[in-house]
Amino acid sequence: MRVCVSATANSLDAPVDPRFGRCPYFIIVDLETMRFEAVPNMASGAIGGAGIQAAQIVASKGVKVVITGNVGPNAFQALSAAGIKIVTGAYGTVREAIEKYKRGELREISSPTVGGHFGMGMGRGRGLRRWW
Amino acid sequence: MIVSIASGKGGTGKTSIAVNIAVSLGRDVQLLDCDVEEPNAHLLIHPKIIREEQIYSLVPSINENLCDHCGKCAEFCSYNAIFVTPKEVLVFKELCHGCGGCILVCPKGAITEGKHKIGKLSLGYADGIEIVYGELEVGEPMATPLIREVKRHIDKSKNVILDAPPGASCPMIETVKNSDFCILVTEPTPFGLHDLKVAVQVLEDMKIPLGVVVNRAGIGDKKVYEYCRKKDIPILLEIPYQRRIAELYSRGVPFSLEMPDWRGKFKTLFNEVRVLAGK
Repeated sequence: MRVCVSATANSLDAPVDPRFGRCPYFIIVDLETMRFEAVPNMASGAIGGAGIQAAQIVASKGVKVVITGNVGPNAFQALSAAGIKIVTGAYGTVREAIEKYKRGELREISSPTVGGHFGMGMGRGRGLRRWW
Repeated sequence: MIVSIASGKGGTGKTSIAVNIAVSLGRDVQLLDCDVEEPNAHLLIHPKIIREEQIYSLVPSINENLCDHCGKCAEFCSYNAIFVTPKEVLVFKELCHGCGGCILVCPKGAITEGKHKIGKLSLGYADGIEIVYGELEVGEPMATPLIREVKRHIDKSKNVILDAPPGASCPMIETVKNSDFCILVTEPTPFGLHDLKVAVQVLEDMKIPLGVVVNRAGIGDKKVYEYCRKKDIPILLEIPYQRRIAELYSRGVPFSLEMPDWRGKFKTLFNEVRVLAGK
């Protein structure tokens, strides 16, 4: 089964990026073999609808589960329509997040965890928010 | 002549000044309230409304019987308003900009134009003043299409006053675009000056001649005046911080109606704008 983890760089040891729609990379991993593909996220620069474009990229790769930190309302609606499960609260490296998922330590969500444009500076003059 | 009235900072007195100019000119005047997210000129002018129109934007309507979920529409959409799964197509109407491109690229002809209500337009008269204003539908994220609709009613044979929304982003830009002159209303405070500078920059980029009206003169500091002097920006009028002016505003009365000295001052202001705009 293929899963997707939102990441800050293009390897299994990259830190998880908590934002689904605007992360720099999607790490698409085959759970059985742990072979992976690092897909640059072309949606990260979108002014609007980043979550929708990100969902389209991920859906086109045959992903069944998205593992991430947070998902906004548009991404949630799109991924759900595509039948892709969403698991949030991931942290650490991509590899660690997948291990946590395999052990059943991450929860699947039934509604968005944040509002729209959460991964941006929010226009309040506080600069781009980063978690590290 | 088309004069827009903008500010940068909100609450400086744009509508008050727009209305007082209109009332002082008295005839052959059109007042277009382009602050469609919260129009308030009609609260001071009290027009008799003669026409109301529902305003729609065009959004894609997908015929699932014809659609084979190829995804070309989603690929084309620059605004990410369409999402395609093997089973269905989702349209995110609030993101759609109505370009119609998806309709053209669909190989199955499965997309037609649907209507999406974005707001309401009202037209009315108060004595010699014609007023047009738009009210954006609650929850609708884009003001610019409705502002464009309001501006479609511009009558170039009259003196047209455009009351702009606050700020210096898309709605303000759409309003001031193609006006002959822009009056920037500010207050002489650090907040007023900060946002005034942003608005000035926008107008300079758009090559629209401008002048400043200082409202609530007497409060704050002198930095707005120093800035205007340094940038050679004419200060067209100063309105002092007076309780009577605020009281009349709070009662929905344009103050030049009850303080007749001001009618002459607003007429002079408009004539000076005419000279500066080369009209």
